[in-house]
Amino acid sequence: MPKLDKRAADFAVWAVLLSAPFWLPLIGGYVELGSRVLIYALAAMALNFLLGYTGVLSFGHAAYFGLGGYGTAMTIKFLYPSTPLAMLVGVVVATVAAAVIGPLIARLRGVYFAMCTIAFGQVFYYIAFQWSSVTGGDDGLSAWQRQPIHFGFATLDILNNNKAFYYFVLAVFAVCAAAMAFLLRSPFGRTLLAIRENERRARFLGIPVDQHIWASWVISCFFVSVAGCMYALLSDFIDPRAIRWDQSGTFVIMTVLGGMRSFWGPLIGAAIYLVLQDYISSHTENWMSLIGAFFVLIVLFFPRGVLGIIGRKVAS
Amino acid sequence: MTQLVVFNVFNGLIIGAFYALMALGLSLILNLSGVINFAHGGFLAIGGYLAYTLIPYLGFWGALVVSPFLVAGIGLLVERLLIRRLYGRDPLYSLLLTFGLAFMIEDGTRLIWGAQSLPYQIPSWLSRPLSTEFFFLTGYRVFMVLLVTVAVAALFVILNYTRLGIRIRAGTLDLETVSLLGVNTRVLRNLNFGLGIYLAGLAGVLASGMLGLQPTVGDNLIMPSFIAIIVGGLGSLPGTLAGGVLIGAASGITTVFFPSASEAVIYVMMAAVLIVRPRGIFGEEGRF
Repeated sequence: MPKLDKRAADFAVWAVLLSAPFWLPLIGGYVELGSRVLIYALAAMALNFLLGYTGVLSFGHAAYFGLGGYGTAMTIKFLYPSTPLAMLVGVVVATVAAAVIGPLIARLRGVYFAMCTIAFGQVFYYIAFQWSSVTGGDDGLSAWQRQPIHFGFATLDILNNNKAFYYFVLAVFAVCAAAMAFLLRSPFGRTLLAIRENERRARFLGIPVDQHIWASWVISCFFVSVAGCMYALLSDFIDPRAIRWDQSGTFVIMTVLGGMRSFWGPLIGAAIYLVLQDYISSHTENWMSLIGAFFVLIVLFFPRGVLGIIGRKVAS
Repeated sequence: MTQLVVFNVFNGLIIGAFYALMALGLSLILNLSGVINFAHGGFLAIGGYLAYTLIPYLGFWGALVVSPFLVAGIGLLVERLLIRRLYGRDPLYSLLLTFGLAFMIEDGTRLIWGAQSLPYQIPSWLSRPLSTEFFFLTGYRVFMVLLVTVAVAALFVILNYTRLGIRIRAGTLDLETVSLLGVNTRVLRNLNFGLGIYLAGLAGVLASGMLGLQPTVGDNLIMPSFIAIIVGGLGSLPGTLAGGVLIGAASGITTVFFPSASEAVIYVMMAAVLIVRPRGIFGEEGRF
């Protein structure tokens, strides 16, 4: 795509996101849905950093999403009621966990990598599920609230004002998206692309492939944990379902639906998926079958995703 | 104390037998087709539910024989209609597809048979304890272990001595050459998928007699089955079998001394294997 088009696309995305709280209610949506789309979009974009740009298939990202969420919830509930501190704790816990598990799986490839990430992800699910005296077990962690953020000169009341919370999420999203875009444009990001395109050649060129995959994994898990923190804040609640493997699958399907290998693809995928899920689950109890069928249909008929198809049309 | 140890070790072995049965099916499909079948737990549940429906007509033994074949039939159909289209593509897509299938099957069984746990009749003479000292040693448990042993033995006989089995093993090593030698690899993969699903169905019929019957009955078995494959080594069926029994026994022994860690121990074993020997105990080097 020409450079000008790309600029225009970026501009359009930010314009839509910035104005969303004002037009969402007009078309039958609500502000929380907008926040949820941003949060899931950040998680899916973080996954895409690994999946689309490094070419490594992780099916266990929900674990770090959930760790961020639990870290946030437990900090506010048990330690100290401060939103930034809670997010910091959540992100640090999740990133450290990812960094420790990383060396075990960075040597693996393909399906094997996917299987191991799923299995390691389930460890945290079981901990959250079994250790009920701390994590609340199956019922999850409730009876806590996100706290207004004090800047010294002003206070952002994200607790009572939906729009304020939306813009808080958008600000975090923007910083993370910019950081990912920056990383992808750096020599490090270019190296990841080289590994994706031809791992053997990259290795011959003297690139330490396993270390790069480890770094990409940790970065990806870092951003997914930021999304997890905000997910817990969104409904002042977290339960083990945030960590389960079906959550990881949701991130992957969002990425594929929007278009892997394109920067904004996961955002579009998250928006379509969540709007659809919102609609289906309010109309039928059997939303699970429909979501499952949706997975199957995407894989069979729509594997390139929305942006993949548009990109192809433009190219031809 | 001896009683407690024997009880838990035996329990662990039974669970391990289930893991192994499920993991063998998963492993067969993974080795030949490169597909991780997330819906395996769903097929297991279908096996249990079909048996439940058939018992009033065929009796326990009839259902035990017929139900796994029906499940295998569904498996053949699913492979023919859906999974076949994804061979040779990024493994991501088959993962997502079977993921969606798992959702559909879980919801479908809930729709047909209800969300409540269903009572599952096993013949009364089988549920009696065999000895008063080891009260937990019911006939059904011994019978399960025997049947799983027979099934696994039959699987290895099929793989080693029948034309189909030899072709499956050859295809696992080099599918292209097998195809060049005039074997219809589409049919081969189809039958192989059916065989794997048959094992899931059989595990479903047996497991429902012990664990009860809910739409999520397969969920608790599928993750340990993955670990059994990883520990045993990708690409090796004897490895998968050993992995299943090993993690079952390990979690049984852990239950005696530190019950809350019985789930954690299998993940620790997986981590240990990945550190020391990333390809798994019996895995081939450089396969994945």
